[in-house]
Amino acid sequence: MGDPCGMAIPHLMASGLGGIRTSGDLVARMQFNKNMKIKDARKYVAKKLGVSDFEIGDEYIMRQLREELKIGVITGLPNAPRGIAAKMNIEDLLGIKINSCEKFRQMIAKR
Amino acid sequence: MSEIYTRMGDGSRVVTTRSKVIDDLNLGSADAADMGVIKALSSDLIEQLADIICDKNRVVGVEPGHEVVLTYDIGQLDFTGDNGNSGNGIDMGRLEAALLHERAMGADTFELAHADYSIKPVKPVISNEMQTMEEIQNEIVAPFFYGAMPNMGLYYKPDGPYGNPADLMREFKIEEAMDQAEKASEHMARDIEFVSTRIMSAGSDGFNFDTTGSAGDADVVGTFKGVEKLRKACPDADILLGMAGECVMGIHGSIEYDGKVVAGLFPHQQVKLAEKAGADVFGPVVNTNTGKSLAWNLGRAVTFVRECGKVAKIPIHVNMGMGVGGIPMCETAPIDAVTRCSKAMVEVAGVDGV
Repeated sequence: MGDPCGMAIPHLMASGLGGIRTSGDLVARMQFNKNMKIKDARKYVAKKLGVSDFEIGDEYIMRQLREELKIGVITGLPNAPRGIAAKMNIEDLLGIKINSCEKFRQMIAKR
Repeated sequence: MSEIYTRMGDGSRVVTTRSKVIDDLNLGSADAADMGVIKALSSDLIEQLADIICDKNRVVGVEPGHEVVLTYDIGQLDFTGDNGNSGNGIDMGRLEAALLHERAMGADTFELAHADYSIKPVKPVISNEMQTMEEIQNEIVAPFFYGAMPNMGLYYKPDGPYGNPADLMREFKIEEAMDQAEKASEHMARDIEFVSTRIMSAGSDGFNFDTTGSAGDADVVGTFKGVEKLRKACPDADILLGMAGECVMGIHGSIEYDGKVVAGLFPHQQVKLAEKAGADVFGPVVNTNTGKSLAWNLGRAVTFVRECGKVAKIPIHVNMGMGVGGIPMCETAPIDAVTRCSKAMVEVAGVDGV
């Protein structure tokens, strides 16, 4: 699907969780990692975040929470973890393994 | 009765009435029920869909708390691709495109893609793709997959080594056509294993098999076998398997997967085989009829997808690009139509993602 203004953005506005704006990446990880349907995945993520199922889609709540938990935010924030560092924190939060983090750990020299 | 502005399946705007919308929803649903031998939508659900279509607002959306996960196809090609992909034709790096989707466009997941977006052309440049995957994984936070179409058509002459079944059947060489399709299917499964396992070794979260079955039933079987190989080699890989159409085309006609003939299978039957193969998430497709209304197409698509979701053990991410999922078939998708279909699939079909 091309035409991002006609596809990706309208779907986001109509029905999307919003990715790292809120908790969409976390819910997606549980869908793929544990084959959870949307209701179960939302509940699981909400419990791990310590908020309600309703609040995991709220940008106002999730922006602050993501920064506190160091799991990645959408704004350019110096010293805030992103990429592999943020994903390692997500592994701990959700109790899952993420392939890119595993590869990173395999690559670094043992100290 | 007040007039309603709606769309045809080709995207053109038409004026109609609520009663006509309800008639078309019922006819579309009945068509799906007839083809798939499944239940048509109840009158309550038809009314719910009519409310969505007849909403006076230009943009509609789900109630807060009902948001779902979005997955994507063609990766960065929505920015960089040409008109054939409804792409913007903007030359840019794949890292930038991925991070723009994550941080500027609210993507829950995203993917890396080759310009030809097919398994076969990735083979010669696999090292390049692995290197780019590693680079993007270092920066991105959201789940980031590799995406490609199985696209078995590329394995037939003149693009590939096998005889083209369409040409062979014209010459009444039916058995040879079936034999060539089976050989192409096996070859494609081997290539899927080659590409997908190497991409996983580069840190990919998983693989999106997009437009499965575009070359018919042998394409579906080859993809399922490729998925099996990936699952065996990488048990933790995230695997998204999306289809090409609501009904598997019987180009071969009798090729089987797990003891079942795959030609003629509909979404609620396809998903059971996708589960067997090892998919984590299934992407049902219902193609749009450009000569029918948005209501007819949406009623039909929701009927198929709702049944698929009912029987599925894995999450369902319905395909909702141009010309699928009730959305009109046109290059510049009307936002009123896209948001209506998106809301309908979440709230009426009950999908887990789009």
